[in-house]
Formats: sequence, structure tokens, C-alpha cells
Amino acid sequence: MWLSTLLIGSVRALLGASAHWEGSAPTLAQRIYFANHTSHIDTIALWSALPAPLRERTRPVAAADYWGVDPVRRYIALSGLNAVLIDRARAEDGADPLAPLQEALSAGQSLILFPEGTRGTEASPGPFKSGLYHLAQRHPEIELIPVYLENLHRSLPKGTFFPVPLICTVRFGAPLKRFGGEEKPMFLDRARDAVVALAR
Amino acid sequence: MSPQQKLASAIGGVVALLVVATIVGEILRRRTRDPGAAAVVENLVARIRAWWGMVAIFAVAFALGKYATIAMFSAVSFFALREFITLTPTRKADHRALSLAFFVAIPAQYVLIATNWYGLFAIFIPVYGFLLLPSISALSGDADGFLERSAKIQWGVMIAVYCVSHVPALLTLQIPGYAGQNALLLFYLVLVVQMSDVLQYVCGKLFGKTKVAPVFSPSKTLEGLLGGGAGAVAIGAAMAWMTPFTTLQSAGMALVIVVMGFLGGLVLSGVKRSLGVKDWGAMIKGHGGMLDRMDSVIFAAPIFFHATRHFFT
Repeated sequence: MWLSTLLIGSVRALLGASAHWEGSAPTLAQRIYFANHTSHIDTIALWSALPAPLRERTRPVAAADYWGVDPVRRYIALSGLNAVLIDRARAEDGADPLAPLQEALSAGQSLILFPEGTRGTEASPGPFKSGLYHLAQRHPEIELIPVYLENLHRSLPKGTFFPVPLICTVRFGAPLKRFGGEEKPMFLDRARDAVVALAR
Repeated sequence: MSPQQKLASAIGGVVALLVVATIVGEILRRRTRDPGAAAVVENLVARIRAWWGMVAIFAVAFALGKYATIAMFSAVSFFALREFITLTPTRKADHRALSLAFFVAIPAQYVLIATNWYGLFAIFIPVYGFLLLPSISALSGDADGFLERSAKIQWGVMIAVYCVSHVPALLTLQIPGYAGQNALLLFYLVLVVQMSDVLQYVCGKLFGKTKVAPVFSPSKTLEGLLGGGAGAVAIGAAMAWMTPFTTLQSAGMALVIVVMGFLGGLVLSGVKRSLGVKDWGAMIKGHGGMLDRMDSVIFAAPIFFHATRHFFT
């Protein structure tokens, strides 16, 4: 896909976006990568840090109310990034907003998820929303990999439209341990701490 | 010799030197058993490999001509500034000023070289950049650490863009009787700086006792500085045939380059220390980042440029 190549190429030229595997290795295991979220380039940065064979089976999760609203953004998200679009606001008819993610996971694909649900402005992530917990509950066999995106909050902070070229690194941590019967708030705190622990 | 022949023999000489260095490196690698020494040898081999890369890039740029060389150094400025700003704490209010530094200041500075507009080239960053970049940050209305932020941005742009741009600016000098040979001047500058770095390192390892800057740069020794500096000046004098200088003038120019190169290494390692890092980046294996490799050139280039411009044009 020419658009993917273009997006990955420009992110690498501007930001480097080199991968540091600290505690996990780039394998083909089915995974949910969850990361801090501070800029619109986060998805492409994380995606391009993955080796090509992993990238082919890994789909970023993007908000339908941003990436699905006009044809250009929709084309970039769906064709360029192979994204799964979800509704951030729970639909009125009570449909499960996680259904598209379930579908991708059942098809054996890996996901890239930003559990804060929105972009933050700080180096450390804010509190995590519960989507990650529900997906983890339903798929106990999938590896949960914490990822820290360094410097992206400086490169293209919320409210700016043009990136400043900075060397951004993508740090992949060890798979999050699973404890049977763990409460949701405990799990989400632990997941967030795993991302924070990768920041320096 | 025609300029082309001179350049070919200069590059040929460096390639021959690198062939010898590569062979020596391989022999050392096979013979070294001690793990401490092996690490030094590994670093040496990585450095030699990076020099091969550098020579290849230079050869291609020279072969493609003036504009390719200017474009190549604009890329050097881009990567150097990226390393500098990555390690420098700035705030969101500096975002616009930083974007302009990367996407306006760098292209503009190199276009001024390509179009031979010396008057503006010499003042574009020290005057216009100096006044306008902090103005743009100020318009964002964030006064926290304003002086520090503005000073650091200006410093980064001066080092990574203004100083670096004086290397390709050598191509624009109009030296009587030296037309069409300016690429050799650029080659001479880089050669003397690199030889000075290498010889200082080697002399320091062999004879180094007296630390010359224990706080800023603990590996620099007086013996290394004097021995390596003298070697580089001798090489500079021997290379007078590729320059518009006499042998004595060439030795003098090489001395200026050696002294400025030493100071560049010193100052930029002081900056690294104050930012709390050991290397500027990891771009060039064995050398650290672009700024680690360019630190001596960055200080030597503007002075060499102006000395040549003043006395020989």
C-alpha cells in the first residue's frame, strides 16, 4: 500500500521512531499493544516501529468520531493504517462498542490500543479507560504488551498541526502479568504503571 | 594537476589510508583476547566503518557537484538540530519557533549559500533568527523559563545550522587562481579535523598522562593534544598542494583548525554534561550521534571560512 509506505517513511525521516524491545521480543504472537497517547502521530510511530511481518497482522484502534468523519481521514485510517474504528461514545441502541475489536481479535489479528481514550499533554499517561480490561478478560490467551512512546508529546502536541522533528523512541515492555479475579481498577492501574515504568 | 585529478588523488589517498586502517582493525580484532581491550578495538572497527560511509557520501556529493554538497550539509544540519532539540527541554509554547527553525531556517540558510548571497548568509541566523525566534515564542504567552528556552533554541540553531553551513559555504569563495577547486578546500578542512581527532586519540592512548580538561572531557590529555595537534598540522602542511595556500600558510591554517576543533569538542562536551548525557545520539555506530562526529568541524568551519575569505579573496 503506497500510503502506508509514505506514512511510515515520513515518520521515520522526521522522528526516527526506532523500536527498543525491553522485556519482550518482536514475535508473531497475538498481542494487544497498549500505549500512552499524546499526538496524532502516535499510531503511525508505534505501527512503523513494528517489523513488517508483525505490522501486517497488527491493526491500530482509532476513534470513529475523529478518523471516520471525512473521506480523507477515513481513507488514511482505513487504507493507510488498516485501522479498526470504534465509537468512543456508547451507541444509543446499546450496541457493544468493543464489537469491532472483538471481531479483529477473533480473526487472529493484534491490536494497538490507547487506553486513555484521548490525547494527553504530559509525558506520563492519564488514567486508563476500561476497554483494555474487558478485552483482557475475554481473551486471556492474548499477550498484553505495554508500550511507551517517548517525546511525541513534544513533537506534535495537542492543538498543533505541524510536527517538530525530534528523535522519538518506541519502548516495548514485558507482557503484563495476568491475575485471575483481579478487580478492574487494580488491573487498569497496574497496566498504566507498566507504561509509566518504561518512561525515563 | 587538474582540479579533478587533485580531488581524485586526495580521495584515493584517504581510501588507501582506510584500507590500511581496516586491515589493522581486523588483525587487532583477531588477536585481542582481553575483554577490556576488545571493547576498544570493537569501537575502533565501528569508527573505521563509519569513516568508510563518510568517504562514500563525500565522494558521491563531490561527484554530483556543488548543489548536491550543499543539500548534503543541509541534511547534516537537520539531523544535528534534531539531536540538539531532542535533548533540550523546551515547552509547547516553543513549538512554532522550533517548526520554523527546522523547516524555514535550515532551507533558507542553504538556499542563501546556493545563490551566493553572502551578505544575508552571514547575518540571517545571528540577526534575524536571534530576534525573530524568541519573538515567536513570546507571542505564545508562556513566560516560564523564557530566557533559558530562547537561549537554548538560539544556541542549537547557531551550532547545528549556522556553523555547519560554513562548510559548504567554502564552495562559494572566489579565490584568485583557484577557480573550480573549492571542493578541495572543503575536503582539506574535513581531513585536517578528522586526522586531528584521530591522532589526538591515538597519542592520548599511547602517551597520555596529564589531563587537560578533567571536568569537561576526562579523556583529553595534554600529550594527546600536543602530539595529535602537531601531527595534524604536519598533515595540513603536506596537503598544501590541494589548497590555495603555501606550505607555511597551510600549516598555519591547519593550526587554526586544530585549535578550534579542540575547543569545539570541549565546549560541546560541556553542553552534553549540562544536559546530563554522554552522547548526542546513536545515529553513527561507534561515534554516537551526528553532533558527536561534527563537534570539531562545527567550531573550525566558520573560522576557517573567514580566515580564508579575509586573506585569500
